[in-house]
Amino acid sequence: MIRLEKRPQPSRAFSYATPLLAVLATFFFGGLLFAALGKDPIASILTIFWEPLFGEFSFFYRPQLLIKGAPLVLIAIGLSLGFKAGIWNIGAEGQYIMGALFGAGVGLAFYPTESMFIFPAMVLAGAFGGWIWAMIPAVLKVKFGTNEILVSLMLVYVAEQFLASMSLGLLKNPEGFGFPGSRNLQQYPSAHNAELITGSGMHWGVVMALIAVIFAYVLFERHRLGFAIRVTGEAPRAAKFSGVNPSRLVLFCLGTSGMLAGLAGLFEAAGPAGQITIDFNVGYGFTAIIVAFLGRLHPVGIVLAGLLMALTYIGGDIAQSQLGLPAAAIQVFQGMLLFFLLAFDLFTNYRLRFGRTETA
Amino acid sequence: MDLSAINPILLVAALMSAATPILLAATGELVVERAGVLNLGVEGMMIIGAICGFAIAVETNSPVFGFLAAAAGGALLSLLFAFLTQITLANQVASGLALTLFGLGLSALLGQSYVGIKPPRMGDINFGPLADIPVVGPILFSHDPVLYLGIALVALVWGILKFSRIGLVLRAVGENHDAAHALGYKVVRIRTMAIMFGGALAGLGGAYISLIRVPQWTEGMTAGVGWIALALVVFASWKPWRVLLGAYLFGGITQLQLNLQGAGVAIPVEYLAMSPYVITIIVLVILSADKSAAPGSLGRTFHASH
Repeated sequence: MIRLEKRPQPSRAFSYATPLLAVLATFFFGGLLFAALGKDPIASILTIFWEPLFGEFSFFYRPQLLIKGAPLVLIAIGLSLGFKAGIWNIGAEGQYIMGALFGAGVGLAFYPTESMFIFPAMVLAGAFGGWIWAMIPAVLKVKFGTNEILVSLMLVYVAEQFLASMSLGLLKNPEGFGFPGSRNLQQYPSAHNAELITGSGMHWGVVMALIAVIFAYVLFERHRLGFAIRVTGEAPRAAKFSGVNPSRLVLFCLGTSGMLAGLAGLFEAAGPAGQITIDFNVGYGFTAIIVAFLGRLHPVGIVLAGLLMALTYIGGDIAQSQLGLPAAAIQVFQGMLLFFLLAFDLFTNYRLRFGRTETA
Repeated sequence: MDLSAINPILLVAALMSAATPILLAATGELVVERAGVLNLGVEGMMIIGAICGFAIAVETNSPVFGFLAAAAGGALLSLLFAFLTQITLANQVASGLALTLFGLGLSALLGQSYVGIKPPRMGDINFGPLADIPVVGPILFSHDPVLYLGIALVALVWGILKFSRIGLVLRAVGENHDAAHALGYKVVRIRTMAIMFGGALAGLGGAYISLIRVPQWTEGMTAGVGWIALALVVFASWKPWRVLLGAYLFGGITQLQLNLQGAGVAIPVEYLAMSPYVITIIVLVILSADKSAAPGSLGRTFHASH
C-alpha cells in the first residue's frame, strides 16, 4: 500500500530537484517522441541542446540565445509576480503585441527624423502599450470581480486582430510595394534597437531583462511588497489581516507584467524582428508561462529556464533544417516539460509512505 | 454594402451550427466544474478532438467514426489533466494551461499530413416533409445529427444533475469535497470521471469545427472557442439551460459578424473578427458580480489527509 503524506514543511531539496527531474524526464519522453517520428532520438536531442552551444556553428547560434532568451525572461519575470500571488495573467502574448505596436508606432510616426530621443520615447510607449492592455483585466477584476484569466486571454485574440489591422493599414510601409508589414526599423538608425556589442546578441532588451531580474530579486528578498505578494499567494486571509490591499496588489502585479511584456514586444519589433507584420508574435507570451513555472517563480531560476527554453527554440530550428524534425515537435516538447514539472512537484509538498495505513 | 443579403431565417439556422462547438465544450466543462474542478485545458482538448476526429474521419471515410475518435481523443488528453490534478495534486490553473499548450503543439504535430484535405461530409438528418415547413423547417429540421446531440446532451446533463443520484453525488463532491469524502464518496474517482466526460465533449466540439463548420484542418483552428466556452460556464451560472442560451447568443454574434463581413459592411474585417472576444469580456463583466452560484470547492485541491 502506497500512501501520500503531507510534509510538515515543503522539501527544499525537492523544490530544487523538481525542474532537473522534469528536464530529464522530458529528454527521455521527448526522445521517445522523436523516435516515434522516425528520427534518431539521441541525435535529435544532441542537435537541439548541444549543437547551438558547442557545435561547429555555435559562434552563430550563441548570440541567438540572448536574443530569444531576453523576451522570455522579461515576460516570465513579470508573470512570476502575479503567479506568486495567485493572480493569473495569461494574456502576455497580447500585451507583447500591444507593446510592439505602441512602440513601433511612435518610432514610425517620427520617420525619417533622426534624434536621440526617438528610441527612449519608443521604449516608454512600448511599456505603456503593454501596461494599458494588462490594466484592462486588472481594473475589471478590481471593479467588478471579473476573472482575469479569461479577460487577459480574450484580449490576446483582440490584440492579434488589431495587429493584423495595423500591419495592413495604418503602420503599413508606404514604400512597401503593397506588401503587408511596416517599414523596417533596422534601417532607421534612431529607432533601431541595435546590438550593443557586435556579434554578441546583446541588445537593450537583454539589458532590460537583467534589470527586471535584479528588480524582482530585490522585491522578493528585501521589500515589503514582495512579502505581501508571497503572503497573498500562500494565505490570502492572513494577508488581509496583515494589512495587504488586494486590489492594489492586482493592479501592481498585472500592470508590471503587462509593462514588461510590452517592453519585450518593443525590443523585438525594433531589434531582431525589425518590423511589424501580421505574424509578428511567435508565442513568447505563452512559452513564458512555462519559463516562469520551470524557474520556480524565482528570478534566478527564471533566467536559467529562459535560457533553456531559448535553446529549445534555436535547437529546434536546427533540428528542423538538418533532421527534418517538425516545428510542432518542439512545441510538444515544451508542453511536456511543464507537465513533468507539475507532476514531480508533488514530492515537494508530499512524501510517499509504504506499508499499511495506520489508524489514529 | 448590402444588408438585405442577410436572410434572418438562414442566419438563425446558421447560428445554431456556429453555437454547437461552444455548446458541446461548455456543457462538458459545466459538469467538470460542478464536480469542483476547474479545467482550463478546454482549448487544448478541443483542438486535439478536432485533429483526431479529422484524421480518423479521413482514414475511415466515416464522419461517425471521426466523432467517436474525437471524443476518445479529448477524454484521453483530459486523463493527463486528471492525473496531474487528482493524483499528483498539482495546481489546477497551471495544469489546465499546460494541457492547452501541450494540446496545441500535439495537434499541430498530428495534423501535418492532413493540411489541405477535404474530410467526408456528414449529411443532414432527413426529416422528410417537416423540412419544407416555411421558417420552422430550415431552422429546426435541416441540421446534422451532432447538432441535435448537443442539445440532447444539455437536456441529459440537466436531468442527471437535477434528478438522479449520480447528479446529487457529483454536486456534493463539487460543493464540499471534505463532507462528500466523509460520507464515503470516492471524490477522486468521481472527479476523474467528470473530467473525462468534459474531455470527451470538448473533443466532440473540436471535431464539429474541423468536420462540419470549416471543414478542413488548419493549425490552431479552434481560435479561442475553448476559452469562450469556459467564459460561458460562468455566464450560465453553472446551469445547463443557460449554457444553451449563452451558446446561441455567442453563436449568433459569430455568425452575424461573418455575415456582415460577407455583406461588405464599412467596418474593417479585423474589427468584426474581434467582436466575439470583446463581447465575451463585456458579458463577463456584467455577470461576474454574482458569484454565489459557483460550486463551493471549485478549483481547490483535494487530499484525504486534510
